[in-house]
Amino acid sequence: MESEIAQITQHTGGVIGSAWLMIAFPLLGAFILLVFNRFTNRWGHLLGVAMSLASFVVAVLAFFELIGFGEGERRRAVELYSFIPNMNIDMGLLIDPLSISFALLITGVGSLIHIYSIGYMSHDEHRRRFFAYLNLFVAAMLLLVLADNYVGLFIGWEGVGLASYLLIGFWQFKPSAAVAAKKAFVVNRVGDFGLLVGMFVIFTTYNTLSFAELKPIVEENGTTLAIGLLLLLGACGKSAQLPLQSWLLDAMEGPTPVSALIHAATMVTAGVYLVVRSGAYFFPEGSGAALAVAIVGAATLLAGAIIGCAKDDIKKGLAGSTMSQIGYMMLGAGLGPAGYAFAIGHLITHGFFKADLFLGAGSVMHGMNDEVDMRKYGGLAKYMKVTFATFFIGYLAIIGFPLLSGYFTKEGIIEAAMEHNQVLGWLAVLGAGITGFYMSRMVFMTFFGKKRWVEGAHPHESPLVMTLPLMILSVGALFLGGYLVMGGTLYTFLRPAVGGDPTPPVFHFASVPGAVTLALVAIGAAYAWMKYGRAEVPAVQPRGSFLTTFARRDLYGDALNESLFMRPGQWLTRIAVFFDNRGVDGLVNGLAAGIGGSSGRLRRLQTGFARTYALSIFIGAALLTGALLLVGTI
Amino acid sequence: MNPAIPAPTIEYGTLAPLLVVFGAAVIGVLVEAFAPRYLRKAIHVPLTLLSLAGAFALVLLQVLRGQVPTAPAAMGAVAVDGPSLFIWGVILVLSFVCVLLINDEGHFVASAAAVPGSADEEEAESVSGGVGHTEVYPLVLFAVGGMLLFPASHDLLMMFVALEVMSLPLYLLCGLARRRRLLSQEASMKYFLLGAFSSAFFLYGTAMVYGYAGTVTLPGINRALSSGTGLDPLLMIGFALLGVGLLFKIGAAPFHAWKPDVYQGAPTPITALMASGTLVAAVGAVLRVFWVGLGNLDWNWRPVIWVVAALTMIVGSILAITQTEIKRMLAYSSIAHAGFLLVGVMATFGSAQQNAGSLKAILFYLAVYGITTVGAFAVVTLVRDPGGEAGHLSRWAGLGKRAPVLAGVFAFFLLAFAGIPLTSGFFGKYAVFAAALDSGTQVGDSMGGWMTGLVVVGVVASAIAAFFYVRVIVLMFFSEPAADGPAIAVPSMGTVAVIAVSLLVTVGVGLYPESVLGVADDAARSLFIR
Repeated sequence: MESEIAQITQHTGGVIGSAWLMIAFPLLGAFILLVFNRFTNRWGHLLGVAMSLASFVVAVLAFFELIGFGEGERRRAVELYSFIPNMNIDMGLLIDPLSISFALLITGVGSLIHIYSIGYMSHDEHRRRFFAYLNLFVAAMLLLVLADNYVGLFIGWEGVGLASYLLIGFWQFKPSAAVAAKKAFVVNRVGDFGLLVGMFVIFTTYNTLSFAELKPIVEENGTTLAIGLLLLLGACGKSAQLPLQSWLLDAMEGPTPVSALIHAATMVTAGVYLVVRSGAYFFPEGSGAALAVAIVGAATLLAGAIIGCAKDDIKKGLAGSTMSQIGYMMLGAGLGPAGYAFAIGHLITHGFFKADLFLGAGSVMHGMNDEVDMRKYGGLAKYMKVTFATFFIGYLAIIGFPLLSGYFTKEGIIEAAMEHNQVLGWLAVLGAGITGFYMSRMVFMTFFGKKRWVEGAHPHESPLVMTLPLMILSVGALFLGGYLVMGGTLYTFLRPAVGGDPTPPVFHFASVPGAVTLALVAIGAAYAWMKYGRAEVPAVQPRGSFLTTFARRDLYGDALNESLFMRPGQWLTRIAVFFDNRGVDGLVNGLAAGIGGSSGRLRRLQTGFARTYALSIFIGAALLTGALLLVGTI
Repeated sequence: MNPAIPAPTIEYGTLAPLLVVFGAAVIGVLVEAFAPRYLRKAIHVPLTLLSLAGAFALVLLQVLRGQVPTAPAAMGAVAVDGPSLFIWGVILVLSFVCVLLINDEGHFVASAAAVPGSADEEEAESVSGGVGHTEVYPLVLFAVGGMLLFPASHDLLMMFVALEVMSLPLYLLCGLARRRRLLSQEASMKYFLLGAFSSAFFLYGTAMVYGYAGTVTLPGINRALSSGTGLDPLLMIGFALLGVGLLFKIGAAPFHAWKPDVYQGAPTPITALMASGTLVAAVGAVLRVFWVGLGNLDWNWRPVIWVVAALTMIVGSILAITQTEIKRMLAYSSIAHAGFLLVGVMATFGSAQQNAGSLKAILFYLAVYGITTVGAFAVVTLVRDPGGEAGHLSRWAGLGKRAPVLAGVFAFFLLAFAGIPLTSGFFGKYAVFAAALDSGTQVGDSMGGWMTGLVVVGVVASAIAAFFYVRVIVLMFFSEPAADGPAIAVPSMGTVAVIAVSLLVTVGVGLYPESVLGVADDAARSLFIR
């Protein structure tokens, strides 16, 4: 098979041999900041940044060492130690084009966001703790993508979940933040359970969890389909895909850099990583599992876009957009090797422009006394020039303005989807049109039109430590997509890791879907201009049509969850409690009481008298001797 | 002419760790006799620590040079082999950290002879009562020397001597608590009486086995077994009585009754030493007797040990539930763990490979359990009431709010005892149970089922045990602190170091079990010298 992925080679020495340093640096940072807590208050944020940068440097060096190898040898496994010897599970790292791409994104964008946070969190008295959690996140995320087996991946997976939980609830004095953190935790648990059960099935079926030992499957059967769907459930939880999307919008309660790093650029893309990494094993091209991935992606990209249209909270609007964009990636990831390169490409460019947009939104909030309601913005372009310029570049990139980053990767996904399945392709086109509308709406409401500021707002540009990362990110948003997609650069680079034909797909500048997409985007943007640029934006949210309410309420996702799961769940618990009290408790309490009672009774043997103890020893000795004599005569 | 008495050959190099510890103990006695009182502690502390560290270095040297002897030393009296060296290393590390605890002020009485209830006693308990007995140090060294010799003894008489050298100082040390003198003296007395009683069993068993085999050396007994009829009543009685003596030291049911009383009454650092070092030494001795001395015995005896192991696990974990005193609870926990270790001991009788596998599991378990135990007792020393340590569990309520770090560390140790993954305790239990299941499948049908049954009992006992460990955590973190709660003593550097080391090992081995497992594997591979 020509699309087979390359063999994994054992590797020692060099930078790749010490790739664990990538994980160790931020982990050490988190450790120092958490253990020596307030002693590090003064320089803690600098340490956090340094550790993230150090990790980035290692990633870059490892990248250059990796491309020094021939194409077939670019999957290097580094053995670290034997983790669970009896189950033959070793802890090791896999440095291959896929994982190093992620590592570069995580450490690169991660470092920029660390730097930005110095300014953003400068007034927070718990800034040190914030950096500790950010470092912890970076370490866990790197473990997730670098591990050479599902166990390591799962540990990282849970680690990022923990970091996400801690950071969403970072301002836990706000009840909304605490609730959001809990919701994210619970919803993710559903997904994690899927991943965990998937791993169990993999282990019982193949007796290994290592990527090197699993063999690409040739034909799908019931077991691989089940594994694929279970892994997809895990991916849906972490990547906020339907039906486990509801936590992401609430997760915006966390500080904005967190939204940018974890809930836009990196962690939420872990699901895409999981699918692509498992692609050769459990999502072969044309399989039912892969189709399920693509359908979930297409559905989510529309749902996210519709939600994004109705949000007045700038961060929630961006969160809807994140859902939607990850939907694109999922769609790409469900198309087999041809889609992988575009999915990962979109993931990388999205990492840049979405981080850019989020940090831009953070910069706006910073200047507007933490106001998030776009109805209270307006006309900010004049007051925050750098923020506006960078935000605008991010905006053009995400709507797929020709020749910017998002254009190449999104068009790529649409094109690949068209080849695969016309329906999915046209849904993706429609999604792009809606993106054009809601992103334009956001830009117009924020930066153009009349000032609708609340009293006491004095918008001002943010300090350089915040705008510098914005500038760097917007450069990525401008050019990265073209670089990755043109000539199949990323495709060729990723091929050893994810498979695919030797010839990269050609990017068509002129195609019917492409033209329709651009037209729809233009219509969306124009409509947004009419409604939110030229016309007056009411300062109070109007009632809106049925459709608007539908979108505002997150497509009734929460209502659905509540009526489908929460209420029946509560009923179920009530019924269970009823039976528990009547039936089970009798047994369990009986058992517990039995143990407790025997404990109490046995306890009386412990009289405290040496003579009783001696007697027990004597009787024991007599029994032992008697028993052995008896055994001896048998 | 006098008949020539051949001079015995002594392998000084091989026995060096033992000789260093005993030598330092003798010097310690001389210090007690001749050094002025105010200088004694200043001499004892470095002497004790240096000798233990030196002995450890000598053990390390032998291992690193690859000079693990293949023949017994000292005219066949002492066997220094891979498992011995591993056990020595573990005991030396454990006793080193225990000495750091002992070194902390205020655990030991100034005058052990003070009669309870007298004016003398009040003086002895008071802080102004002076620095406490400095005899503690040489006594500890003698006990540690005995612990080293006990599992390395190659004949039953040497083993008996080692048993006494280990136990006699411990009997004394138990009675030296500065606080709650009466309890401490009672513990000492009980331990002495019952210890002497069980030693008598051991000695009687030795005599019986000698009557059967005509020798007291372990390989000699084993040879006699292979040539003899095998199941002679004399042998079976001897085997049973030896077993009583050894199982007593482990604290296996029904020979466990001393443990809670003694652990509670003894000064806590000494409890830590007994719960870690003595247990390691005794399990080592059990392994040696069963595996070197009785290796050729038909395995019909196994159902009997099966019952003992199961009973020990059940009694330990069930009785721990109703304990209200922290040290008593830890004592019952120690009994339960002795049961888990016996599961491993049961597993050591299969093919040579199987032996190495389960031996490795036991050695690993001993090392990680020992260090976690010392850490837990070190925490216990820090939670204090006006009258001494706050023993009653109700006093620990809400500790998580008053001293979050200390309570967190203690909670972690408890989780390790319970065997929660990512702690060393998980891998210890896992290794032992896995080895037991393995040996079950190797030995064959009937015994295989028995071993599986034993593991099931072990898992159920672990579940019951988890209850009382977690209950303490719940108590510490989810209860309101008492209004006049116990004070948290400012720990000395030594105590901090002990807790830190225990925590690091417990966490570190939990994340990277291969670190210790690898060493245990190397040690187990060379097996016991037969």
